[in-house]
Amino acid sequence: MAQELNRLKESPSQTAGPYVHIGLTPNFLGIEGVFPVDLGREMVNDETIGERIDVVVRVFDGTGTVLKDVLVEIWQADAKGLYNSPNEPRGKADPNFTGWGRMASDMENGECVFRTIKPGQVPFNDGRMQAPHISLWIVARGINLGLQTRMYFADEDAANRVDPVLTRLEHQNRVPTLIAPREGNTYKFDIHLQGEKETVFFDI
Amino acid sequence: MKNSLPEVHGFFQRDRSWHPPAFAPGYRSTVVRSPQRAPISFPNTLSEVTGPVFGHALLGELDNDLTINYAKAGESAIGPRIVVYGRVLDENGRPVPNSLVEFWQANAGGRYRHKKDTYLAPLDPNFGGCGRAVTDAEGRYWFRTVQPGAYPWPNGVNDWRPAHIHFSVFGPGFVQRLITQMYFEGDPMIWKCPIVRTIPDERAIERLIAKLDMEATQPFDSRLYKFDIVLRGSNSTLFENRKEGN
Ligand SMILES: [Fe+3]
Repeated sequence: MAQELNRLKESPSQTAGPYVHIGLTPNFLGIEGVFPVDLGREMVNDETIGERIDVVVRVFDGTGTVLKDVLVEIWQADAKGLYNSPNEPRGKADPNFTGWGRMASDMENGECVFRTIKPGQVPFNDGRMQAPHISLWIVARGINLGLQTRMYFADEDAANRVDPVLTRLEHQNRVPTLIAPREGNTYKFDIHLQGEKETVFFDI
Repeated sequence: MKNSLPEVHGFFQRDRSWHPPAFAPGYRSTVVRSPQRAPISFPNTLSEVTGPVFGHALLGELDNDLTINYAKAGESAIGPRIVVYGRVLDENGRPVPNSLVEFWQANAGGRYRHKKDTYLAPLDPNFGGCGRAVTDAEGRYWFRTVQPGAYPWPNGVNDWRPAHIHFSVFGPGFVQRLITQMYFEGDPMIWKCPIVRTIPDERAIERLIAKLDMEATQPFDSRLYKFDIVLRGSNSTLFENRKEGN
């Protein structure tokens, strides 16, 4: 018999459930005094380099109803395209930018509003440049394994058209599901879990 | 910025047959919330293998003691006192240090401190229900709490969640993000639960059941439950002499 590889299996995922706010955004929920602030609410400060933008994320279910109990985390590079992470080998990112945001959706309108900056470009593994993008992770009741997707910027058309991820999608008619239109300094990214406009999710 | 190709060690691909499928109609909320098209794969880039890191400096003194972190001075939450401890490892069996582990749960009666929870079990004025820890160099974490109660939930007409604690865990890469739940050894409710049963493989379910550790139990204080969590591994951890932080 062949030797065992002795590798462990990842712990299986379970839904974040309807009460995810208690653990991840307790102050937002009104559980005050345990943690001073909710993590991921402030991504920028006055010193952060880059163009200030708001990213407004909404998530819709298969009936077209906006989710009011969703939690979204985002992860992005700084204005120069560097990640504020020990795994970033290319240099030191802007110390005034965390790159990571976490928001629970507004309980009335379902919006997750991220105050952030527009990210710079990050190379793909073959050296080509990726278009500016934000990585997203979405959890909620009824979602068994956190969903991973990306948001691209509508005003980066030239970069989007040669982006290594966008160009490899078999169904090019689904590319628009990943591109957020710009209104003023706000990008609105609507995510559809099902249906005609189902967003492209990634297994990465 | 270097002009050479970025050195990226991607994570092992997720075994999606080990995780619960998105569409699992026994858990009815999944029906309209499950993507129906196949997810798309591409090799991990720097966007996937990097992630935020949280230091121990983040933590307050009571962050890992749910029995008192919401309680009035001198009081504590009601319920069986337990300590949950374990390690965060990757698929290579290596510890994951500096991993932020966040947890939340119902009180001993099975009631959550949440606007939407209307279960008739009472709120405990001394129990908030959230806590957090950051793993040490060996990937270890621990926290003290009260054992949560089982509670009914609107799915079938008589569905109950087994006693459980929700966990959120960070690895160094953003695509290692994981949310899961911990169950308690010996609880007959586990195998009846539609959410547990979204996991297709019984061996995977067993991995979420914490064992009672009587050897480590603290006499006249708390019983201990051991719960290890495994995050996705990558090839970079296979080679000993890589530079720090990779
Ligand atoms: Fe729960």
